[in-house]
Amino acid sequence: MRGAVSVGLLSGAVAVYLALVGVVEQLHARLVLVEPVRLSLGQVALFLVGLGGAVAAARRAKGGSAAALGGALAGVSAGAVLSALVLAGPPLNIRAMFVNASPPLFALVTLGRGHAGVPTVLALWGILGAAAGVAVRLPARLRRPLAWGAVAVLLLSVFQELVQLILQASEHTEGVTSLLFTPDSPTPGAAVAVFVVTAGLNALWRARGAEVRRRAGALSPGGRRTLRLVGPAAAVVAALLLPVVGGAFVSQVLVIVGLFTLMGLGLNLEVGFAGLLDLGFVAFFAIGAYTVGLLTSVGNLGIAQMSFWAALPVAVVVALVAGVILGIPVLGIRGDYLAIATLGFGEIVRLLVLSDFLRPWLGGSQGLLDIPKPVFAGVELVGPEHLFYVTLAFSAVVAYVAWRLQDSRLGRVWMAIREDEDVAEALGVDLVSAKLLAYGLGAAFAGVGGAIFAVMLGSVFPHSFQLLISINVLALIIVGGLGSLPGVIVGALALVGLPELLREFGEFRFLVYGALLVVMMLLRPEGLWPAAEQRRELREHVEAGEPSAEEAGGRHPAGEPAGG
Amino acid sequence: MRRGLARLTFVDLFLWGFRLLVILLVLYGTAGTLRGGRYSAEQWFDFVIFGLAQGGIYALIALGYTMVYGILRMINFAHGEVFMSGAFTAYFLAIGLGGSGVLDRRPLVGLALVLALAVTVSTAVALLVERVAYRPLRRAPRLVPLITAIGASFFLQYTFRGLYGAGIKAYPEIALFAGEIGVGGFTVLRTQAVVLVTAALMMVALYLFVMRTRTGKAMRAVAEDKDTAALMGIDVDRIIVVTFALGGAAAGVAGILYALVFKQVHFFMGFIPGIKAFTAAVLGGIGNIPGAMLGGMFLGVVESVGPALFLDGLGIVAPYQLKDVIAFTMLVMVLIFRPSGILGERLAGKRA
Repeated sequence: MRGAVSVGLLSGAVAVYLALVGVVEQLHARLVLVEPVRLSLGQVALFLVGLGGAVAAARRAKGGSAAALGGALAGVSAGAVLSALVLAGPPLNIRAMFVNASPPLFALVTLGRGHAGVPTVLALWGILGAAAGVAVRLPARLRRPLAWGAVAVLLLSVFQELVQLILQASEHTEGVTSLLFTPDSPTPGAAVAVFVVTAGLNALWRARGAEVRRRAGALSPGGRRTLRLVGPAAAVVAALLLPVVGGAFVSQVLVIVGLFTLMGLGLNLEVGFAGLLDLGFVAFFAIGAYTVGLLTSVGNLGIAQMSFWAALPVAVVVALVAGVILGIPVLGIRGDYLAIATLGFGEIVRLLVLSDFLRPWLGGSQGLLDIPKPVFAGVELVGPEHLFYVTLAFSAVVAYVAWRLQDSRLGRVWMAIREDEDVAEALGVDLVSAKLLAYGLGAAFAGVGGAIFAVMLGSVFPHSFQLLISINVLALIIVGGLGSLPGVIVGALALVGLPELLREFGEFRFLVYGALLVVMMLLRPEGLWPAAEQRRELREHVEAGEPSAEEAGGRHPAGEPAGG
Repeated sequence: MRRGLARLTFVDLFLWGFRLLVILLVLYGTAGTLRGGRYSAEQWFDFVIFGLAQGGIYALIALGYTMVYGILRMINFAHGEVFMSGAFTAYFLAIGLGGSGVLDRRPLVGLALVLALAVTVSTAVALLVERVAYRPLRRAPRLVPLITAIGASFFLQYTFRGLYGAGIKAYPEIALFAGEIGVGGFTVLRTQAVVLVTAALMMVALYLFVMRTRTGKAMRAVAEDKDTAALMGIDVDRIIVVTFALGGAAAGVAGILYALVFKQVHFFMGFIPGIKAFTAAVLGGIGNIPGAMLGGMFLGVVESVGPALFLDGLGIVAPYQLKDVIAFTMLVMVLIFRPSGILGERLAGKRA
C-alpha cells in the first residue's frame, strides 16, 4: 500500500507540473462535454494523469479488491497533491513566480468550488482511482473496447473544429454538424454514439478478427497481392482527395507536413542511413529557399526574375554543393563532435544571413520579398490546395529516390559506415565519397523543401531557419524510426501535422518534442515505424539485461538503482 | 616527401585552404583596424576585461561539460539549461530580497542566499537529468544518449518557459557592485571584478577538489577506466552522480555571475553560452579541467576583442552582430583541426 501512495504522489506531482507549466489551462479552453456536466480537456488531462498512477498502483496489487483499494489510494494521494496546490497556492502567492498559477487554474482543479471543493476532489479522485483499479482487472475483451471508445470520444473533442470544418465544407453534410456539435463541444448524443460505435467495432474485431485474418491468409497468392495493394492504393487516393475534402486550412497543414517530410527524408539519409548526426540541417533548407527567392523575386533584391520551375533545379544544385562544401571539413569528425560542428555551421549560416553585413544582398532581417507563385500549365498555383499537389509530387519523387538508394550499393555502404566506420574503411569503402554523397543528397532534398517553402510564403526571412527546425526534423525522424522511410511520413504527420492542426496548443510543441525524444529513446528507440535492422539492433541492449522500460522512465521510485 | 605529397588529397587541400583563408582574414582585418587607430588603449583594456569576465562564466560552465565528458564520453547537451535553471529560479528570490531592501542593507548575505538557491536548483536539475535521461542508457549506442540530451535540453527550456513565463526578466541591481574601481590607470567595472574573482576562486576550489580529495581521485580513476575503477571498489554510479552535481553547482554559480554581468535572465539564456562553453571545453582539451578554464578565458577574450580587432578592419558593417559567428567559427575550427584542444585531451585510449 505504501507503493500505491508513492505512485499516487508521483502522479500528483506530474499533474501539478502540467498545471504549473500551463498545459492544463491551455487544454481547459477545449470542452469535452457541456451537458450533463461541464468537462474540459484540461480537467480530463488531470484525471488521466491520476488514472495513470492508479493503474500503475493497481497492476502491482494482488487480487481484485487489493487492486481497487490500491487504485483508490493512488487516486486520493494524487488528488491530495493537487489539493495542496490549490490550498497553498493563493496564500503563498506562488503566482509571483509561476505565471500559470492563476485563479482560473485553481478553479478548474476544484471544479469551480473553491476551497469547499477540496473534499469533492479527493473523493472524486479516489472513486476514479478505484474504478481504474477495477478496470485493470476486467478481462481484456471488455477493457479494450471501453478504452478505445473513450479514446475516440476524446479524439472527437480534440479535433472538433477540424471535423466541423470538414463537415461544413459541403452542403450535404452541413446539417450533420449541428447534430454532432454544440457551439463548444460534441453533443452528449454524439459522444455516446462515437463511444458505442468504436467500442462495438473493437469488440467485433476482437471476436471475428482472427477469422478474417485466417481467410485473408487462405486467399490465392494473386488475391493476397491485390489485398496488399489495397492499403497503399487507398492511401494514395486519400492523399489526392484530402485538399478537396479538407479545404484550404487542411491543405496548408499538409503542405507544411510535406515540407518537413522532404527535410526528414534528407536528414534520414544522413542520420538514419549513414549515421552522421547533423544539427545544422536547416541551413540547407534555408539555402534552397534563398536561392529560389533570389532567382525569382520581382522585388529589388531579385537578381534573375526566373520562373519557379527554372529556379528549382538551380536551388537543388546549390543546396547539394553547399552540402558537399560544408561536408568536407567535417569528414574526419565523428559522433557527438560532428553534431556540435554541424550545429555550429547551421548557426553561422543563420547569423550571416541575418547580419547587416550581407543585408545588401540577402535583405538581413527584412528578408527577401515579392516571390511570385509558380505557374503550371497556365494556372498560377496560388492556393495551398495547389501547392499541396506540388509538394506531394516532389515528396513522392524524393521518397522514391530515397527508397531506391536504401538498397543500392551506396545505401549499403552508408549503413556499413553507420555500423562501424573503421571496419567499413578496412573493407575498402571510400569514406570520403560516401559521406560527401550523404551530405550532398541530404542537403539537396532539403533544398527542394526550401524552394517550395519560399514560394509558399512568397517571402523568405532568416528567422524561419532557426535551430529549432533542425531539432524538429530530427525529432520527427526519430519518432518515426531512424532509417525508415514510412517512419519519416508517420513522424511528420504526428509531429508536424498534429501541432499545426491544433495551433492553439502550439506553445507546448517543443516541450512535447523534448519529452518525446527522451521517452522514445528510453522506451521505443526504434521509433513508431521502425526499419527492420534498426529494431533488431536497438532492442538488443534493452533485452540484454539493461534496466526495463518502466524503471527507465523513472516513474517507479521503488525501483532499485539501475546498474551502469 | 614524395609519398607525403602523393597522400595529400583534395580534402586536405580544401582544409588547408580553409585554414589559410581564416588566418589571412584575421591578419588582414587586424592590420586594417590597427592602422585605422579607431580604438584607444582604454577601449582595448575594457574589451579584454569584459572578455575575461564572460570567459570566466564560460569556463565555469565548461567545467561541467568537461568533467562529464571525461567520465561518460558524452556531451551533456542539457548543461546549458542546468546553467539557466538556477539563475532563472534565483531571480525570484533576488527580486524578493531586492524589494524588501535586504540586497541594499546586507548585500553579501542576500547574494549568498541567491547564490545558494541557484546552486541548489542547478544541481538538482543536473541530477534529475542524469537519473532520468542518461543513467538508463549508459550502455546504449552512442547516438542514443546524445539524442536524449538534446530532448532533455528542449524539455527543460520549455518547462521553465512554461513555469516562469517567456519574458526577459531584469535582475535587480546591487548597489555594492555598482561603479568602477581603478587599476593602475585603467578602470574596471566592479561587477566584472567580482565575477573574475568569484570565477577564479570557484575554479581553484574545483581543481583542488578533483586533485586532492579521495572523491576527486575516484573521479579521475573512473575517467581513466570505468570498469577497472569498479574493480578497485569505486562506486561508479556514485562518482557519476558527484560529477553531475559538481558540474551543476559550477553552472549554478556561473548563472548568477551571468546575471550580475548581463543583468537579465530568460528561458533561452542557457543555449548559446552552453554551446560556447562546450567550445571552451574542447578548446582547452576535453576532459581536462585546467584546459576548460584556459579555453573559457581564451574564447571570452577573442569573442570580446574579435569584432573590433579583425571584423571591423575588414570593413564589415555592425561587426558586433557577428560576435557569435566568431565563437562558432572557433568551435568548428577547433573540432576540425585540433579536436584534442590546446592542452590536450585527458582521455585514455580511444577518443571520440
